[in-house]
Amino acid sequence: MAQQKNLEGYVGFASLPNQVYRKSVKRGFEFTLMVVGESGLGKSTLINSLFLTDLYSAEHPGPSHRVKKTVQVEQTKVLVKEGGVQLLLTVVDTPGFGDAVDNSNCWQPVIDHIDSKFEDYLNAESRVNRRQMPDSRVHCCLYFIAPSGHGLKPLDIEFMKRLHEKVNIIPLIAKADTLTPEECQQFKKQIMREIQEHKIKIYEFPDTDDDEEEKLVKKIKDCLPLAVVGSNTIIEANGKRVRGRQYPWGVAEVENSDHCDFTILRNMLIRTHMQDLKDVTNNVHYENYRSRKLAAVTCNGVDNNRTKGQLTKLDTVEGMSPLAQMEEERREHVAKMKKMEMEMEQVFEMKVKEKVQKLRDSEAELQRRHEQMKKNLEAQHKELEEKRRQFEEDRAHWEAQQRLVEQQKLDASRTLEKNKKKGKIF
Amino acid sequence: MAATDVDVFSNEEKRNLNLGGHVGFDSLPDQLVSKSVTQGFCFNILCVGETGIGKSTLMNTLFNTMFENEEASHYQNGVYLRPRTYDLQESNVHLKLTIVDTVGFGDQINKEDSYKPIVDYIDTQFENYLQEELKIKRSLYNYHDTRIHICLYFIAPTGHSLKSLDLVTMKKLDSKVNIIPIIAKADTISKSELHKFKIKIMSELVSNGVQIYQFPTDDEAVSEINSSMNAHLPFAVVGSVEEVKVGNKMVRARQYPWGVVQVENESHCDFVKLREMLIRVNMEDLREQTHARHYELYRRCKLEEMGFKDTDPDSQPFSLQETYEAKRKEFLSDLQRKEEEMRQMFVNKVKETEAELKEKERELHDKFEQLKRMHQDEKKKIEEKRRDLEEEMNAFNRRKVAAETLSLSQPLKKDKDKKN
Repeated sequence: MAQQKNLEGYVGFASLPNQVYRKSVKRGFEFTLMVVGESGLGKSTLINSLFLTDLYSAEHPGPSHRVKKTVQVEQTKVLVKEGGVQLLLTVVDTPGFGDAVDNSNCWQPVIDHIDSKFEDYLNAESRVNRRQMPDSRVHCCLYFIAPSGHGLKPLDIEFMKRLHEKVNIIPLIAKADTLTPEECQQFKKQIMREIQEHKIKIYEFPDTDDDEEEKLVKKIKDCLPLAVVGSNTIIEANGKRVRGRQYPWGVAEVENSDHCDFTILRNMLIRTHMQDLKDVTNNVHYENYRSRKLAAVTCNGVDNNRTKGQLTKLDTVEGMSPLAQMEEERREHVAKMKKMEMEMEQVFEMKVKEKVQKLRDSEAELQRRHEQMKKNLEAQHKELEEKRRQFEEDRAHWEAQQRLVEQQKLDASRTLEKNKKKGKIF
Repeated sequence: MAATDVDVFSNEEKRNLNLGGHVGFDSLPDQLVSKSVTQGFCFNILCVGETGIGKSTLMNTLFNTMFENEEASHYQNGVYLRPRTYDLQESNVHLKLTIVDTVGFGDQINKEDSYKPIVDYIDTQFENYLQEELKIKRSLYNYHDTRIHICLYFIAPTGHSLKSLDLVTMKKLDSKVNIIPIIAKADTISKSELHKFKIKIMSELVSNGVQIYQFPTDDEAVSEINSSMNAHLPFAVVGSVEEVKVGNKMVRARQYPWGVVQVENESHCDFVKLREMLIRVNMEDLREQTHARHYELYRRCKLEEMGFKDTDPDSQPFSLQETYEAKRKEFLSDLQRKEEEMRQMFVNKVKETEAELKEKERELHDKFEQLKRMHQDEKKKIEEKRRDLEEEMNAFNRRKVAAETLSLSQPLKKDKDKKN
């Protein structure tokens, strides 16, 4: 289809990436990050550490101040600028998650939130008049695991199982400064084992052709889930000013890769894979939502006749747009109607033929009977005629005879008379 | 696709925050760029112009390569479009380039419908994209985009004005595709004639309301160069794949007895400007405009045609689901109605025919009755005659008997007479 052509000189489309760069900077970027975990695991602190700012202002109630017992979903939007690049960052918080005594369905508000964002995007995408579509879909979910050291809690497993096909999940071990490196390793292995056991699909790093990048990705994969420590305070340590947590026995530095995986998380989440998180959300999670939603719409009111033993039909249903599918249905229906019409026509013709034939037969029968009767009558008539003729002949004959006899008698009597007269004279 | 551009930051309640250090999201544009480089780019050019005006040569010159082309004849029955796709690579950038040629344009005697195949082709590409976008299971991110990003309209170098075919065609295309008009074979026009020609062309375009592509001036990085280029439209170009030695270099040029026209010399022609604008500065913008403006317009018209609306009669916005469901309901009830109609028609037909047949049956019956009556009458008559005959025969028999008894008594009288 496409031919490979070699260029014999500089054309200039190698500047395309620059053009794309320029336009993207002008447009600005958006990113929605969700944090999920029980209260007190240091979620807000971690966000602040990640973005080097006080995202959650002083008025933001800490865990001890929260009154509500049900899971809330709260959005915080901030606009940050760096190096000429604007980023609209939305952080979605889930206070109350896992805090109740009975935590069944505490994931439901989270699922609902994610779905409603997908729904909004789907509706915006499907409008006739499409304006700019702000992307408020959740691009990444940081799931905080409590540093028990023993493994995942049932709630952790339930949550991740229900959300792994809706959002990119990055599991984190929170407050990792309570685990020693060995404990941490054990814990990580345990968690990854359990994740695999339950077939939970956490965010997968894409393969790259670049060797350097491949090495980096492998390093990250080996450290999953990332054990993080966050801090809002800057401390003097080893002559440097670092973010860290001051203990009597030392300072746990947030950005020290020997102390925790914070830098790995930050680099991966912000500096290298932010775009990919958005892409996977758009190309995989959103498309899944959309195709499920649209399939549900088009399967409403599908004729039972149609699905009779036609499993292959479902494949074509999925491959088409609902509109194309309606077109297809329309065409099918037209064909069906034509066939029906033909059949009805046939039946009709046949019945008419039958009736007409019957009628003809009747007519023929009647005609035949009429002929027969006529013949019969004629025969009778003839017979009668014959009889009459015969009779008249006989009668005429007899009458003739009688007249003869009468004549004879008359002659005889006349002769006698004559003789009588003659006899008397003597 | 990801969110389209324009200011997404306007209607949000958000706070501006200052960062306490280097976070690192300034690498986002690089991440985006690296992703698009991996994906590869695609660009589709449509060349509209008369046969022999230099479309293929210009493409070869622009892209520094020999695209295969057979020379087209002037005897085509109509206009048809010939797309060809090529894979090009420059440093690490892969470009899937599709060049669509209009073969036979301007050759027919009656050119009224010449624009139609072009418009149809453009619409078909939009339609294909729309269909993909509407599918239930779709894969837009690796869809080969065939929508035309730029239409280079080749104007013949008459030196006077646009031909009416040009105006008609461009008018039909301007709402569907980005148009850059270029004056072809500009080496046949002198500088002063060229200046007048350009002014004439632009004023004709304006007075006829033809919207050509304006190089964008909203981005400070390129606004200056773009606005200066806008003033040079239409570009007067010369194309050549042959090289001529000028000075001590081999340059692409056309050799005439009176001199050498150098393609890449800006005082000789606007080729460099065209290349700069089309490829090096605004390629991405052309793609964006095609997607965000022309395609959206097509989509909107198509959906409205199909009866989709954004709001119901009460001005409540429809959700996608509602829209589809409503459409589907309408559609199903329509089908049902058609079925009913057909059935009804048949029922009527049957009734009619039945009535006809019944009528015939009745007639037959009547006829039969009539015949029957005739027979009865006949029979009666015969019966009467028979009776008459019987009576006569009886009467005759009586006579006969009477006569015989009479004749029996007669001979006695005779004997008596004889004795005397």
